[in-house]
Amino acid sequence: MTFSAKRWREDFPILRPSAKGRWVYLDSAATTQKPEAVLRAVDDYYRRYNANVHRGVYRIAAEATERYEEARQRVARFIGGDPRGLIFTRNTSEAINLVAYAWGLDNLKEGDAILVTAAEHHSNLVPWQLVAKRTGARLRVIPLDEEGHLDLSQLPELLEGVKMVALGHASNVLGTVNPVEEVIRAAHEKGALVLLDAAQSVPRMPVDVKALDCDFLAFSGHKMLAPMGIGVLWGKPEILEKMAPFLGGGEMIGRVEWEGSTWREIPWKFEAGTPNVGGAIGLLAAVDYLEKVGMAAIARREEELGQLMARRLRELPGVVVYGPRGQRTGIVAFNVEGVHPHDVSQILDEEGVAIRAGHHCCQPLHRLLQAGSSCRASVYLYNDEEDVDRLVAAVQKVREVFRVPG
Amino acid sequence: MSLDDLYQELILEHARYPHHRGTLADPTVTLDAQNPTCGDEIHLQLKLSGDERKIEDIAFSGHGCSISQASASMMTDLVLGLSVKEALEKVQAFQDMMRTGEPREGLGDAVALAGVSRFPVRIKCALLAWMALKEALEETGAM
Repeated sequence: MTFSAKRWREDFPILRPSAKGRWVYLDSAATTQKPEAVLRAVDDYYRRYNANVHRGVYRIAAEATERYEEARQRVARFIGGDPRGLIFTRNTSEAINLVAYAWGLDNLKEGDAILVTAAEHHSNLVPWQLVAKRTGARLRVIPLDEEGHLDLSQLPELLEGVKMVALGHASNVLGTVNPVEEVIRAAHEKGALVLLDAAQSVPRMPVDVKALDCDFLAFSGHKMLAPMGIGVLWGKPEILEKMAPFLGGGEMIGRVEWEGSTWREIPWKFEAGTPNVGGAIGLLAAVDYLEKVGMAAIARREEELGQLMARRLRELPGVVVYGPRGQRTGIVAFNVEGVHPHDVSQILDEEGVAIRAGHHCCQPLHRLLQAGSSCRASVYLYNDEEDVDRLVAAVQKVREVFRVPG
Repeated sequence: MSLDDLYQELILEHARYPHHRGTLADPTVTLDAQNPTCGDEIHLQLKLSGDERKIEDIAFSGHGCSISQASASMMTDLVLGLSVKEALEKVQAFQDMMRTGEPREGLGDAVALAGVSRFPVRIKCALLAWMALKEALEETGAM
């Protein structure tokens, strides 16, 4: 069966054509649009059974609790993990901060190292900088080769003294997918733990934490059809059990005395305060939707469109495309020579094409690319070849307005 | 609202060939300002007269979009030779224009940027150089 973006697109109210025609959304790496099924699930919760979870005994409180815990089970199954290790957070950043603080402060000391890559999103870099400062640990960086792939030639040396490898699974700029299995194996041989920033991988390819054998995995719901404000940290239960809580408050306690308190079992130990129940229920509906489309089909489709987009943009004179020429995801960063990304995206907006312009929360990577910022077009299951045509035509318009030679 | 307002020929001309782009040999004050959301940067230098009342020379460098570059170029044309007090009044007038969208008198070529106010996310691009100038002038303490 061929993949029909057109058919999926009908499920997304925001993507319906207006009187001015159809607009093209190419910023799904920032956040995806939401299908009816997700909007309805969230709406149904707030209209019909809104209640706090794990507290009331009345009917709708029980229903809300049941659905919230069902979301945990469902999302854990989606990533092939033990649901006891699945913690709901606000987003990927909060999930990574949880590990950086709750694990890092107790397990890092002077002389230890944390290994990241040169392509990390600020959310998988800044939390480690903060914790490194507090503990005296040092940050070490895996370099990239010319196409943006990890240069693993020095990996054994880089891993010396490393306690934590914090690694992006798929780049939000370069469109690369890192060979994380290899890094995880090497890290475990040296006794280091591995956290995967999966914000750009879980939405766009099958991810199985058991097969990967990562220790922690972090991702955001809003980049995979769910509402904003719901994210996930999955961790190996045996590691989470040994960690101190991250935030204190309601819901996460066992018994509270003036002298101190005991904690609930995992995962609730890490969910202080009233959680985002509507968000979790939205994520449950999103995961159902994604499995209906099929994650393997989504990954194949992304790769096709990513390749097409990169090739067509490269054909335009005066356009630089970053990242690999070979296998890639549907995230393509580029620049039009002599035209600032803000100006590019402004013209594209006028042509009904929405892309991202800026440093995409990757300032160190952009310094490496010798570009202050870039344009980024990213596809999802509702995009097709026609959208790529629209993008290319709009970039040509940019070259006319700014008289880019060639 | 049309893109032609945003990308008028005068604005594109300043962006392509900015005035006073470069560095000064002997600046009285140097100021760096950033726009953290897009990574744009400006490096602004002023040479003030001995009693620190007049802008004798001005230069900027850094990188940014056409709006921020054009705005910096227009601003340097406008404030060169003005007193600190006069220059601060121009900054205020430009800020007012960005807020209201009403073209203001006495802003030279920069009046062409009035249309930017209709593109809210671009206002900070237009303001970058002016905010740097304001901070630099205040830093001299020569109010």
